[in-house]
Amino acid sequence: MSQITVDTAPLKRQKRNRVLLQAACIAVSLFMLVPIYLISLAALSTRESLNKFPLSLLPTSFSFDTLNAFLGSTGVFGALGNSLIVGVGTLLLSALIGVPAGYALARFAFPGKDPYQLFLLFTRALPIVVLSVPLARLFLTVDMYDTTYGVILLHTALALPTTILISASVFLGVPHDVEEAARVFGCTPFKAFLKVVMPMALPGIAAASIFTFVMSWNEVLGASILTLDHRTLPAQVLTSLADSPLAYRFAGGFALVIPSIIFIALMRRYLTNMWGSTIR
Amino acid sequence: MTVQAPTAPTPTTVGAPRRRVPAAVWLIGPSVLFMVLLLGWPVVEGVLQAFQNDKGFTLEFVTRMVQDPYFWPAVRNTLLLIAVMIPIQFAFAITMALLLRANPRLHKVHFFVWAIPLALSDLAAGLVWLAIFNDRGYLNSVLSWFGLEGTSWLAYDNQTTMFICVLIAELWRATSLVLVIVVAGLQGIPKDYDEAAQVFGATFWQRLRFVTLPLLKPSLQVALILRTILAFQTFAVAQALTGQNFPLVVGETYRWYTGLQNPNVAAALALVILVVSMLTSVFYLRALREKNQGGLR
Repeated sequence: MSQITVDTAPLKRQKRNRVLLQAACIAVSLFMLVPIYLISLAALSTRESLNKFPLSLLPTSFSFDTLNAFLGSTGVFGALGNSLIVGVGTLLLSALIGVPAGYALARFAFPGKDPYQLFLLFTRALPIVVLSVPLARLFLTVDMYDTTYGVILLHTALALPTTILISASVFLGVPHDVEEAARVFGCTPFKAFLKVVMPMALPGIAAASIFTFVMSWNEVLGASILTLDHRTLPAQVLTSLADSPLAYRFAGGFALVIPSIIFIALMRRYLTNMWGSTIR
Repeated sequence: MTVQAPTAPTPTTVGAPRRRVPAAVWLIGPSVLFMVLLLGWPVVEGVLQAFQNDKGFTLEFVTRMVQDPYFWPAVRNTLLLIAVMIPIQFAFAITMALLLRANPRLHKVHFFVWAIPLALSDLAAGLVWLAIFNDRGYLNSVLSWFGLEGTSWLAYDNQTTMFICVLIAELWRATSLVLVIVVAGLQGIPKDYDEAAQVFGATFWQRLRFVTLPLLKPSLQVALILRTILAFQTFAVAQALTGQNFPLVVGETYRWYTGLQNPNVAAALALVILVVSMLTSVFYLRALREKNQGGLR
């Protein structure tokens, strides 16, 4: 039988590339995951094992002591409540103001549309400190300093441009024909919006709203400047950083990490859509 | 953009031609009002606060800000952090996005894991890395297993290691934002271009350099503006990791406001950040417009 020489080099190269690709992906995933694993380990270990050196990288002891101590320390529970109030308040207020504006951007041609969009882009460049220092003074004079309402207002102002742009892109995704069809069959514009457009847009709007909540949940600087006794959880952790033991800080870090994992798990279908369309 | 179709006016709509504009105005109005009150007003007020005392115009607060021993280190650290971080971050994010495009096994799981930091606050990120970098933390533990002597990574006299720690924590936290934008941009590019280049024998680097990156440019530019502006506001990572030892401009603003109880100097510092962010975005938008003709939207 005559030898058929097959050049296996490309095949081998391809195989090697697949292996390298896989290895690279796993390496990046490890870089992202290992710190989260370590903070969980630190937050769920006993005090004694945290005080040992060198620390073990494997869970040797498991206890809720550290977390309990963190949750039990003064102000943390209240701060958790404040964070929820502020987050939900921001979500509702920015949806109330932002969704109609997004609808207008998606459906109407009106004078001043381009300047309005530019204005939205421009406001994203405003640093939070620039707003919160003067707002603190204003809130002091109108007796709103140190209230959750003040923080809600600031967070809504920060989140509003994003909410408007995301909801505009969501409404653009709802075909205009269905709305017109509803109108032909006798719906008023408002009823057509409510019965036809809204149900189709709702998942996207919900995604945008959860994103607003997360922005508010994560914001720390404005919240700590605008409040003293009614701090949100990040603000509470930030202001007690200097005089708290390491275990408290790790527990605080862990408490702040958990919601974000849940959030990404809920949102992963929307992530690229949302960002892909908002940015443009 | 869809323009509302000129439907035949129903009997109830009197003065139909004029109705369209007010509808949009009613929908947009509240947001404009809200943003002027809560964004426009504080900016004006902030400028006044930085330059005015009881008697009138003054440069007193600006001088105090500049003379503060922490001011120039803070400016230097902030700029240095941006100059080093942005290129690494973009290289990292583009590599990650290309890895995902190559469709590895479990690519959905990988994308989920890589996106987790997107929803993470910078304070949380700082605390996470504090568990690793502190004197008795996990990094030094691992080093001691190998018989190596760890150092105090976050000590006051170790400016370089402190900088590296803040840099790693920020890379870990904020790269996913760039990643998501780049992935979204890649999805918008038809695979045909890349395949055509492949057929004509272009190498991987040639395809990246002459096909993928040029098509990705709009997404990259937007990501660049967003990331740079956010990087100027880096604050809680450094605060959690190093306290006051590694000053950044926003951290200084916070210190002047809460610690030193001087809102005027804090306002002056905030203005520095505002001016620099504005200049940066104008610069990027200019650069963008010249090359893109049409410009951003």
